[in-house]
Amino acid sequence: MAVLDAATSAGGVPTRRRRARRERWTPYLLIAPAGLLVAVFLIYPIGSVVYYSLYDYNVTKPWGNRFVGLDNYVTMAGDSLFWQSLVFTAQWVVVEVGLQLVFGLALALVINETFVGRAMARALVFAPWAVSGVLTTTIWLLIYNPTTGFGRYLADAGIGQYGTSPLAEPGSAFWAAVVAELWRGIPFFAILILADLQSISRDLYESAEVDGAGRLRRFWSITLPHLRNAIVISTLLRAVWEFNNVDLLYTLTGGGPGNATMTLPLYVARLAIDAKEFGYGSALTMAGFVILALFSVTYLWLVRVGKDQNA
Amino acid sequence: MSLTTAAPPAAPPRPPRVARSRRRDTDPRQTPRWAIYVPLALYLLFTLVPFYWILLFAFRETGSTSLFPWPLTLDHFSTVWNGAGFSVFFRNSVVIAVLTVFFSTTIALAGGYALARFSFRGKGIFMLMMLFTQFIPGAMMLIPLFDIFRATFLINSLWSIVVAEAVFQLPLSLMLMAGFIRNIPIELEEAAWIDGCGRLRGFLATVLPLLRPGIVAISSFAFISAWNNFLFALMFLNSQEQFTVPVGLSYMLGEYSVDFGALAAGGVVAVVPVVLVFAYIQRYLVQGLSAGAVKG
Repeated sequence: MAVLDAATSAGGVPTRRRRARRERWTPYLLIAPAGLLVAVFLIYPIGSVVYYSLYDYNVTKPWGNRFVGLDNYVTMAGDSLFWQSLVFTAQWVVVEVGLQLVFGLALALVINETFVGRAMARALVFAPWAVSGVLTTTIWLLIYNPTTGFGRYLADAGIGQYGTSPLAEPGSAFWAAVVAELWRGIPFFAILILADLQSISRDLYESAEVDGAGRLRRFWSITLPHLRNAIVISTLLRAVWEFNNVDLLYTLTGGGPGNATMTLPLYVARLAIDAKEFGYGSALTMAGFVILALFSVTYLWLVRVGKDQNA
Repeated sequence: MSLTTAAPPAAPPRPPRVARSRRRDTDPRQTPRWAIYVPLALYLLFTLVPFYWILLFAFRETGSTSLFPWPLTLDHFSTVWNGAGFSVFFRNSVVIAVLTVFFSTTIALAGGYALARFSFRGKGIFMLMMLFTQFIPGAMMLIPLFDIFRATFLINSLWSIVVAEAVFQLPLSLMLMAGFIRNIPIELEEAAWIDGCGRLRGFLATVLPLLRPGIVAISSFAFISAWNNFLFALMFLNSQEQFTVPVGLSYMLGEYSVDFGALAAGGVVAVVPVVLVFAYIQRYLVQGLSAGAVKG
């Protein structure tokens, strides 16, 4: 900022040409810090992942580090956990995003009505949005745990058995994680969709009503088309976010029981943090990038389509 | 204190509300009350019972099975704060969050101004680059960032988290900031330039005061994200004096015999700053997002 300061407050009124020349460089100076940080800490690392993926590289065993060519990728192709984690990742993303969208849309429609206590209700239902993955785990672990959870109180009342936890079985562990993540994720959709709902003109509804459109018809013909872009954008942002979401699964299930809830990023995180297998982890990271790149292209394509329709 | 209270001034004649409320009842546009309150009540139950459950265990004495925090105790809080080291974790988390907010918001302010007020060669590429970084997963950056931080001796330093979090927060902050600045009429700045101000002075005098709500919103997003960060802190910090609150919590979760009262109290400690920030910004959340970059 010091450079800017000196440039803009240098004595007297600058001639127009001097001013224009300086102005030409101003935007570059202003975006330089952001551009540099992103280049060094986000763009460069992606390049270095390509490099590491060709090496046998383990921080705890530096004597074994060497160039291995495509060996890591060959290992990956034969790694059943890798393929299993891909399938689970898709399942996780589809179920989470789908349910969050449906409930988030319903919640936004309800909150968008005028009623007594609306501001308070809005603050309360949005609250889990700000809660971290680790804290979500803490809360839901207290609920799922056989000694502290609902199960114990239900068993006291004669429903179910003592000492059972939904996290113990692969099938129920999946839904246990889904519910915990829904608790935190629905507000995201509700907030974004509510923001868009509030920009719909009331006149549209009034004239539709004059034309004899019922409640469902108005929702179908006015509300949904208006929300289309918001839904496309928030769904894709959330899909990427849920793909990347490691905190909750790492702490709640750790990928278990028996790797049943292992997503690809979680697999990478466990290799990096627990096993320090950087070489193979980098190869898996590359696979993740390719999948996300496909996601991104779809995303940009859909956004473009949305803009065309609106114009 | 023997003042006689003055009689309250006669209430002004009220507008006839009867007519309006009758219109409400017969208005077919009005959603029936039950269709609002029943789903809302169910959803509130789903949202609030988990919060209640953690408060219950944090404030209830060990061994009690009451559904109310009774007998009430604060022992669990002193256990985590002093015994489990949460006083240190809390301080670390505050330092990281405050520094992250400062750097990401300041840098986003400069960059956002450039994007909102200038057209320059490379702007499109720059914005595309920022958009693409939104797709880079934190977990996938663990390995390369670990290497960078090891080479720069930032491993096991709080600065590694500040740098990583600020960089990850930057693209979103930048796009939102550009959106907020675009909403401020440029005529205000032009008037300041005519009065002899330069770019910087004009910005400080006209744009910055109007930008305050936007800066608050963007800082709050950055604060919540930095406060909640887990994976980077788990990977880059390895001595207990450097741990953050989420890392401290995760270690409690991993213990073989979990002290549930202390765990719940630790969770409450972790959520308090976020809830305070959230209570402040939640009113602006919806407006802020509709004004900002989300709608492109």
